[in-house]
Amino acid sequence: MTGSGIALAGLSKTYSSPEGPVHAVRGIDMRVAAGETVALLGPNGAGKSTTIDMLLGLARPDAGEVSVFGRAPADAVAAGAVGAMLQTGELIRDLDVRELVAMVASLYPRPLDVDETLALCGIEQIAGRRTQKLSGGQTQRVRFAIALVSDPELLVLDEPTVALDVEGRRAFWQTMRAFAARGKTVVFATHYLEEADAHADRVVLMAQGRIVADGPPTEIKGLVGSRTIRATLPGAPLDALGALPGVTSADRRGDAIVLVCADSDAAIRALLAAYPQASDVEIAGAGLEQAFVALTADGAVRA
Amino acid sequence: MSAAYLRYELLRTLRNRRFLFLSLGFPLVFYLLVAGSSRGVRDLGDSGLSAPLYYMVGLVSFGAMSAMLSSGARIAAERQAGWHRQIRVTPLPPRAYLRAKVLTGYLMALLTMAVLFAAGAAMGVSLPAGRWLEMTGLLLVGLVPFAALGILLGHLLSVEAVGPALGGGVALLAFLGGTWFPISDHGLLHVVGQLLPSYWLVQAGHVALGGAAWGAHGWLVMAVWSVVLGRLAMAAFRRDTARV
Ligand SMILES: Nc1ncnc2c1ncn2[C@@H]1O[C@H](COP(=O)(O)OP(=O)(O)OP(=O)(O)O)[C@@H](O)[C@H]1O
Ligand SMILES: [Mg+2]
Repeated sequence: MTGSGIALAGLSKTYSSPEGPVHAVRGIDMRVAAGETVALLGPNGAGKSTTIDMLLGLARPDAGEVSVFGRAPADAVAAGAVGAMLQTGELIRDLDVRELVAMVASLYPRPLDVDETLALCGIEQIAGRRTQKLSGGQTQRVRFAIALVSDPELLVLDEPTVALDVEGRRAFWQTMRAFAARGKTVVFATHYLEEADAHADRVVLMAQGRIVADGPPTEIKGLVGSRTIRATLPGAPLDALGALPGVTSADRRGDAIVLVCADSDAAIRALLAAYPQASDVEIAGAGLEQAFVALTADGAVRA
Repeated sequence: MSAAYLRYELLRTLRNRRFLFLSLGFPLVFYLLVAGSSRGVRDLGDSGLSAPLYYMVGLVSFGAMSAMLSSGARIAAERQAGWHRQIRVTPLPPRAYLRAKVLTGYLMALLTMAVLFAAGAAMGVSLPAGRWLEMTGLLLVGLVPFAALGILLGHLLSVEAVGPALGGGVALLAFLGGTWFPISDHGLLHVVGQLLPSYWLVQAGHVALGGAAWGAHGWLVMAVWSVVLGRLAMAAFRRDTARV
């Protein structure tokens, strides 16, 4: 059925900058079924927000197509089917919180009740406060309320928990999940593997403008939660290295080898037993950044 | 659905105290200084006009023009906050957005005019009701191109750039339009001035001084500017979806 869900096909976007062209998104294919909750996970500059801009019709793709419930993004937005919390943005001033949420609600055909939305977002106590007087976390909650009050079919959230305290995060995800449980489609961007793992049905891993992995959270967690071993080891065969216990993939950079490991403890023991001449050994932690570099450098991983 | 949106936009404008006091206060203080010092002059430069009347009319067109253009500064500030992107992911139609911006501009212009009319009356200016109505009506029509220009500049310029652009633009338009002193009847300035909407706005004010209303030339210039600037403003809003 073409009318259901979201489809991004062959999407590319290049920005020009004084340092030359920036290939923010280079060929993304992705589908989101209606009712699914999908996390876009990736490091800074991966192209998550650019992808979201194209999904919302805020940026025109250089190539490729976007379909939101069978319509162009602008048409889906005009029909009131989309609610969004963008990554950057403050609130307009000189309205109180309740008035601002009510103003946005008035633009939609079937909004939620304003007071109910304020309660869901934990901002009923500050309903009467002027928007320019809010703290960072309060502003973030109001921005969530603005996205939610439209009761959209598709909710798009770009790094929604930035600036929220621990309790704020917990409450936020609880509200998001209750919303998703009503059969709504949710796409959110995040840097945090734990958030993607805990709150998405599916994780799409992005790096350098490409999708490097796409699958259930457990699968992505196995991939990204890995460690890498680097060592100077000229001449060792990659096949043999890749077959060592605990090693997922092996790669060579000049004289150095890079092993992506599911179990780095087993791998390092096996490596040193088999190749005592290995020098400059480094084990890098499970930081997203390193994992992305390992995943994208050789293009070896396609889940 | 856009009625509620318009109501909140008007409310926001009136709540911005500093903006309100500065927009209304500047022309008023200016008027009180200029007209106050020549209050007793009943025949300004052999024109047969009293000084308070003459300056009131000049400042009404100047003040209404600046008030209208100031919507550009408010729009630039909203863009800085990223609100132009947030509003684009709601179903608010572009026309409804522009209508709200035009009407908030008119609200500011009308308040400015009311303040100056009241100050003029306090200085002894009195006009026949017909004259007064004709001038006001013509001024309101004459403000259309400035409403569009304000929106256009707001969507093109950053917060930092919009201040000098509006300040310089208002001064230049006012000068070439003959707000501060009459442009002679011939020569380059006159030719250029007659092609500008500010010239005709000033002429609209001069109706109160016994001047002629707009002829075909005036209506044509105003219509062309309104259509051209209106389209440009719409286009600028439509393509203004990037992060700034
Ligand atoms: N208007 C622009 N002009 C030039 N380059 C841009 C523009 N917008 C984005 N970029 C570049 O495109 C790349 C992708 O940016 P994008 O905002 O999509 O990343 P992201 O994955 O959302 O990152 P983050 O996690 O930091 O939010 C970055 O290198 C960014 O600098
Ligand atoms: Mg981003």
